[in-house]
Amino acid sequence: MGSQASTLLRNEELEEIEKETGLSHCQITRLYRRFNDFQGIPELAINPVGNWIINAFFPEGEDQVNFRGFLQTLAHFRTIKDNEKSKDVNGPEPLNSRSNELHFISHDELLKVLCMMVRVHISDEQLGSIADRTIQEADQRGDSVLDKVDVEQKMSIRFLH
Amino acid sequence: MLRAALSLLALPLAGAAEEPTQKPESPGEPPPGLELFRWQWHEVEAPYLVALWILVASLAKIVFHLSWKVTSLVPESCLLILLGLVLGGIVLAVAKKAEYQLEPGTFFLFLLPPIVLDSGYFMPSRLFFDNLGAILTYAVVGTLWNAFTTGAALWGLQQAGLVAPRVQAGLLDFLLFGSLISAVDPVAVLAVFEEVHVNETLFIIVFGESLLNDAVTVVLYKVCNSFVEMGSANVQATDYLKGVASLFVVSLGGAAVGLVFAFLLALTTRFTKRVRIIEPLLVFLLAYAAYLTAEMASLSAILAVTMCGLGCKKYVEANISHKSRTTVKYTMKTLASCAETVIFMLLGISAVDSSKWAWDSGLVLGTLIFILFFRALGVVLQTWVLNQFRLVPLDKIDQVVMSYGGLRGAVAFALVILLDRTKVPAKDYFVATTIVVVFFTVIVQGLTIKPLVKWLKVKRSEHHKPTLNQELHEHTFDHILAAVEDVVGHHGYHYWRDRWEQFDKKYLSQLLMRRSAYRIRDQIWDVYYRLNIRDAISFVDQVGQQLPGGPVVAHVSPASGRRESGSGACLDLQVIDTVRSGRDREDAVMHHLLCGGLYKPRRRYKASCSRHFISEDAQERQDKEVFQQNMKRRLESFKSTKHNICFTKSKPRPRKNGRRKKDGVANAEATNGKPRDLGFQDTAAVILTVESEEEDEESDSSETEKEDDEGIIFVARATSEVLQEGKVSGNLEVCPSPRIIPPSPTCAEKELPWKSGQGDLAVYVSSETTKIVPVDMQTGWNQSISSLESLASPPCNQAPILTCLPPHPRGAEEPQAPLHLPSDPRPSFAFPPSLAKAGRSRSESSADLPQQQELQPLMGHKDHTHLSPGTTTSHWCIQFNRGSRL
Repeated sequence: MGSQASTLLRNEELEEIEKETGLSHCQITRLYRRFNDFQGIPELAINPVGNWIINAFFPEGEDQVNFRGFLQTLAHFRTIKDNEKSKDVNGPEPLNSRSNELHFISHDELLKVLCMMVRVHISDEQLGSIADRTIQEADQRGDSVLDKVDVEQKMSIRFLH
Repeated sequence: MLRAALSLLALPLAGAAEEPTQKPESPGEPPPGLELFRWQWHEVEAPYLVALWILVASLAKIVFHLSWKVTSLVPESCLLILLGLVLGGIVLAVAKKAEYQLEPGTFFLFLLPPIVLDSGYFMPSRLFFDNLGAILTYAVVGTLWNAFTTGAALWGLQQAGLVAPRVQAGLLDFLLFGSLISAVDPVAVLAVFEEVHVNETLFIIVFGESLLNDAVTVVLYKVCNSFVEMGSANVQATDYLKGVASLFVVSLGGAAVGLVFAFLLALTTRFTKRVRIIEPLLVFLLAYAAYLTAEMASLSAILAVTMCGLGCKKYVEANISHKSRTTVKYTMKTLASCAETVIFMLLGISAVDSSKWAWDSGLVLGTLIFILFFRALGVVLQTWVLNQFRLVPLDKIDQVVMSYGGLRGAVAFALVILLDRTKVPAKDYFVATTIVVVFFTVIVQGLTIKPLVKWLKVKRSEHHKPTLNQELHEHTFDHILAAVEDVVGHHGYHYWRDRWEQFDKKYLSQLLMRRSAYRIRDQIWDVYYRLNIRDAISFVDQVGQQLPGGPVVAHVSPASGRRESGSGACLDLQVIDTVRSGRDREDAVMHHLLCGGLYKPRRRYKASCSRHFISEDAQERQDKEVFQQNMKRRLESFKSTKHNICFTKSKPRPRKNGRRKKDGVANAEATNGKPRDLGFQDTAAVILTVESEEEDEESDSSETEKEDDEGIIFVARATSEVLQEGKVSGNLEVCPSPRIIPPSPTCAEKELPWKSGQGDLAVYVSSETTKIVPVDMQTGWNQSISSLESLASPPCNQAPILTCLPPHPRGAEEPQAPLHLPSDPRPSFAFPPSLAKAGRSRSESSADLPQQQELQPLMGHKDHTHLSPGTTTSHWCIQFNRGSRL
């Protein structure tokens, strides 16, 4: 899947991607090896949000993703470098810099997430009550509990040194 | 054994060193006549003195805390050291010699373990492992760096002639001294940092360092000590290698010992369900055994206990009962606080003994400057390296606090006292220097760190309550990051954490946790559960404050005259010992009585409350109402979920009974024409009562089914009641409408169908439970919540009764519904669909499903009709969503 646009990594394409995503050259080549069958990663199968993550890589309404799209999604998770904080980066913002959008918005969305997260077997009703309570909390405070700094700190991984 | 231990306690009067027991009859003399009065000071001397010292220390603590101003400015450890100095001075002045001091044996065997266990057990493990890299770096590299640089610099100082020549020490001696003076002390750090609320990351780094550097300190100290004893000429190259190797042996060995004992401890607590009372003891014993084992094998004992506490906590907390949990917590805190107090006081006292030390200004000043300087330098260097790898770099302010927070303490003092004077001729100088360093760091740095933290505007830790949002977000983040790491193929921290969690879930938790505990193990769920308990408690607090005490007592007073036996303590023992007694039944009756009994006053209170509310402005009142409605919903759904989740035979019966009763009273009230504007409080409060009552009663029966002691109560009751119900099941059809149940409890006993055929029960009504429950509501509620986790499967033959019951009261109640809309307790509380499901074992539950499904829409529907009026729309949107899903 997804290999029609990325059978070869040409240099100019590489540079373009580099510019777009803010990832380094060796990061990209390493990721390319990883890209070809990332759906087959066994660890993702047991991850409760594994499917979610995989779906996040596919553009809406499509069932294919090319390497560039793959990288653009991944680039959300790169660590912010100091020089990035000040100036605008072309390409996707790191996820952590637009933390505001991370809130779970609707009850249904929240429920979906809860379904994935809660591992013990409980009924829909119970999940619903947890969701209710969570929404209530957010209502009371008027914002999400995790402030931006927290998100910034947490939503990065240091992949590929 | 005890005596041997006590002799280690090292507080003997110096004059009374010889063993005290003097036999009254000696062979030559005729036996003396019977003595009326005999003074046996020597028999009790050692323990008496120990107790006395602890008492003095505790009293001093109380005195310090009388003044809030003093303790907010001066750390307690400073005060205690100063107090120790004063006391030591007094003893010195009276006895002309210093008689007490901090003995290394006492310190390492008795005073240190509780503190370390406390800190290990209550260590925020997530935070600890998140920062493990930094902690290990500071603990290992930092301590080595400090030891060698300080030692070498002091030696250089001596070579430069700045240390008096009478300090006879070579490079090895200085290195030995450097190794013992360089380690940051967990006791001192804990004492000071607990009062300075710096942010968690900073705290865990400094504190974790102080705990983990023990291994390095022990190794360095031992290696240097043996080198000194061998003499530097005899040290071979292999000895250095051995020294390096022993670092790994001591640290990894200590950690391994701790983990082994943690495993044993967790495994043991899995099987204590019938002997709940020894659970706390097990925790302490095995942790102490870990400490002693590590000490015996000359491994790092501190590391062992830390790992033991850290490793076992998750499983132990899941296994042991709620009461044991509280006991463990408070005993641990008490012991640790007591040990800490005594340590600091004895430090002060020890410093007075001038025969032990010799002063050299050059050495003292040099050491002070060097340890401060090299600590700061080391922190800066290491942080620079660490920041290359950290997502959240430690900034300059953090580094200042970290260098400044490197407090030295009793460990250094005990180690320096342990030195052999014949091998280390400069011991006295080292002792003096150590005392000064310890005092300087604890008093001067301890005093100034708070203003410093304020001045530097160090990020403080903000204590917010755990919220579902936070938990949910954190979990989501963890999983997302793990998933992304998987996608990327990077085996980083999240990857390994995820692997560990999988392993833990698959094998460790299954092995080490009770099945009942394991099944309901989920962090989001836990938080939800805790939040609900907290809400319930605060809610009960509210009710308790508003509830006038008088009416309750007045109302139950008719019953209270009947029996005077028993006491609260007795009740407690029963709960713990699970001794079955004839009182079960009586207590069950008491419970019913209480249902009726407590309800009445609430009506009065409600009236008074409504008066109270009228005086409030509309907004506040509305807020309150909203809160209450939400609370109600939460409590109810929580309950039902609790039932579902563990597949317990969870008490539909008593709930029903209580509920029925409630309905009865409620309806009676409604017919009385009294408006019920505060119905929620009524309901919840009564339910609390019901459960706490049952908590107190039959804790004994049906352990066979039970995994959790708290659960006992309900099921026992359910069984017995079920039997009764079986007998009178015919009556159910003609059950008198609840609304005509008279308020008098005894009458109610007769009227209620499940009471029939038990006329004698009313006789057993005892008053003490009645008194206990209002006072004890919080704990009762708390325990009863956890009681819901219990597992039990009911006799099969009740299934028809169970399922046929719900419609019955409902039918009786429905016509009434419009009368008391806002106040009506939510139906799902009394008959949640999940209850019926929970009431069966798995196989049975499937058979019952259709019936539940039939019930569910009805109840979902009723929810809305009952709850929607009088509430703000935002919250009710959620409510409706839920209903539609149902």
